[in-house]
Amino acid sequence: MATLEEKGQTATAERLKDFLREMLLIRRFEEKVEERFRAGELPGFLHVAIGQEAVAVGVCRALEDGDVIASTHRAHGHTIAKGTPPNEVMAELYGKVEGCSHGYGGSMHLYDIERGNLGANAVVGGGLPGIVGSALAFKMRGEPRVAVAFFGDGATNIGTFHESLNLAQLWTVPALFVCEHNSYAESTPAKQHLPIEDMTKRAEAYDMTAMTVDGQNVEAVYDVAKKALKHARDGKGPVFLVADCVRLSGHYVGDPQVYRPKEEIHELRKTRDPIELLRQRLELSDDEWEEMDREATRIAEDSVEFAKKGTDPKPEDALKNVYA
Amino acid sequence: MAESTYREAVRDAMSEAMRRDEDVFIMGEDIAEMGGSMGVTQGMLDEFGPDRVRNTPISEMAIVGAGIGAAVAGMRPIVEVMYQDFMTLAMEQLVQQAAKHRYMSGGQIKVPLTIRTQGGAGWSPGAQHAQQVEAWFLHVPGLKVVFPSTPEDVRGLLWTSIYDDNPVVFFEHRTLYGLKADVPEQLDGIELGKARVHREGEDVTVIATGRLVHESLAAAKEADEAGISVEVVDPRTLLPLDEEALVGSVKKTNRCVVAHEAVTRMGFGAEVAALVQHQAFDYLDAPVERVGAKFAPIPFAPVMEEYVVPHAEDVLAAVKRTVGKD
Repeated sequence: MATLEEKGQTATAERLKDFLREMLLIRRFEEKVEERFRAGELPGFLHVAIGQEAVAVGVCRALEDGDVIASTHRAHGHTIAKGTPPNEVMAELYGKVEGCSHGYGGSMHLYDIERGNLGANAVVGGGLPGIVGSALAFKMRGEPRVAVAFFGDGATNIGTFHESLNLAQLWTVPALFVCEHNSYAESTPAKQHLPIEDMTKRAEAYDMTAMTVDGQNVEAVYDVAKKALKHARDGKGPVFLVADCVRLSGHYVGDPQVYRPKEEIHELRKTRDPIELLRQRLELSDDEWEEMDREATRIAEDSVEFAKKGTDPKPEDALKNVYA
Repeated sequence: MAESTYREAVRDAMSEAMRRDEDVFIMGEDIAEMGGSMGVTQGMLDEFGPDRVRNTPISEMAIVGAGIGAAVAGMRPIVEVMYQDFMTLAMEQLVQQAAKHRYMSGGQIKVPLTIRTQGGAGWSPGAQHAQQVEAWFLHVPGLKVVFPSTPEDVRGLLWTSIYDDNPVVFFEHRTLYGLKADVPEQLDGIELGKARVHREGEDVTVIATGRLVHESLAAAKEADEAGISVEVVDPRTLLPLDEEALVGSVKKTNRCVVAHEAVTRMGFGAEVAALVQHQAFDYLDAPVERVGAKFAPIPFAPVMEEYVVPHAEDVLAAVKRTVGKD
């Protein structure tokens, strides 16, 4: 089989390599997070996006300047993909002033307003109504911007999801609802929390345009996200994008996953790892792969060094930023 | 000076802000053609059009949340929640999102959102349309809470709330909409966190909010006849609170009554009583008295409703207790 370059698709190959670098960076970052948590260095609790890198990268690479996102409790991948330097994300996980929320937020509240991250939300579905409102502001001001909400299949059972889709469609605001359908609401499998199999039916109820994509295929995610964003940006209304994806880790770091057969994870890691799938698609040489991997690992390691050297907030600064 | 009802004063503040500023818009249930369930937004659709006077579905989570998102994106939305009882439906968005975005982001975000809501007893709407819930929001860092009692105050404080860079929960009392009083010709903002002394007095300070300001003024008149001089102070803004004005008044009169329509237990009055005993302990000649609703939902039957919520005679009785004339 000819490689993409040999087929004259150099631009595509370059783009996919960029995606691969970013996904690999998120993977190595998340592995570092797991390692440092187990070493007892990270406070609070953490949710890593291992297995779901293709959704974050595919969607965020399709965005244009000025577009905004709202993320979830599993926020590291989205935040890095939206452009926040890994150093600032890791520093936030260490509770440092240099963190992207200056130590006030933590893993589940990563914000980076300058780069269009309006905040990660630890309330499932909590960020969706806000995204409708930001999209409404863009529409009222005639700005060609799209507001994007990430959330999981678990969030489609909560009221904010339904009220948000209803209002967004009613007012045809430029919003994109990205459902990362990993088939688990924390520990609860889809068959115990979803009365439907075809998630697009959720959007059908509101007459909203729906699209489905293989969330393990970053190229497909990117292509469909481009299409969805164009639809929203052109004033044709919001889009509900279902990315069928797999969580290759537990719900939280340290989750023994007693609710999930061991063979399932083993099998998924072998067949559905988005990074492995893209590596195969690109037919990278071992050298090229290893170089990419070394670079991603280096950035992840550097972020830990950066974070550890960061500044602890003054305890009394806890009373700042309550009001503007 | 010109005469205005409380209702017109609310409308004036919104309309004037919308005339001056494209970023200000209103949304809520039945606020367009119908002009709001209390008629507050009547005529605004004609002047500003459906894009800026947005009729919404019955969807409190989404409309409050959309207000948050629009505010974060640089607008100054005013969201009307038809009854304060329905704030229960929007609690997550208000308490977890609006109040915390600025904090959780380490100061990157501001949320210049005004939530207008109204309610209160006095017309038998029953238990789900009559309670006063302002105290719930006083427990939430990141929110501001305003509760004006006169046309002048409601206009000036709403103006300032719209231009405040924080989420403001703005309470109006249903029975005050028809209240007429003079307002200044010029619409000026009134600073949040400043109390108003409605009536000066020497013997007892009554700190009252909303409808109870007017009940307290009536009680003060009667007290006068009994030889008791009552000072009536309306904090107007409950968060931030003008502690200095309240404590200062009590230091002068040496006695304090707190009066509000909401349930007494764990209410705003409890916080004021704690504040006063702590900052004016040596000045107090009597225990701080609290006047509020009895501990029950607001009942339907008019005789029961009247029994549960406080009136002028309850304030008067409390005033008399503080001077030992009960």
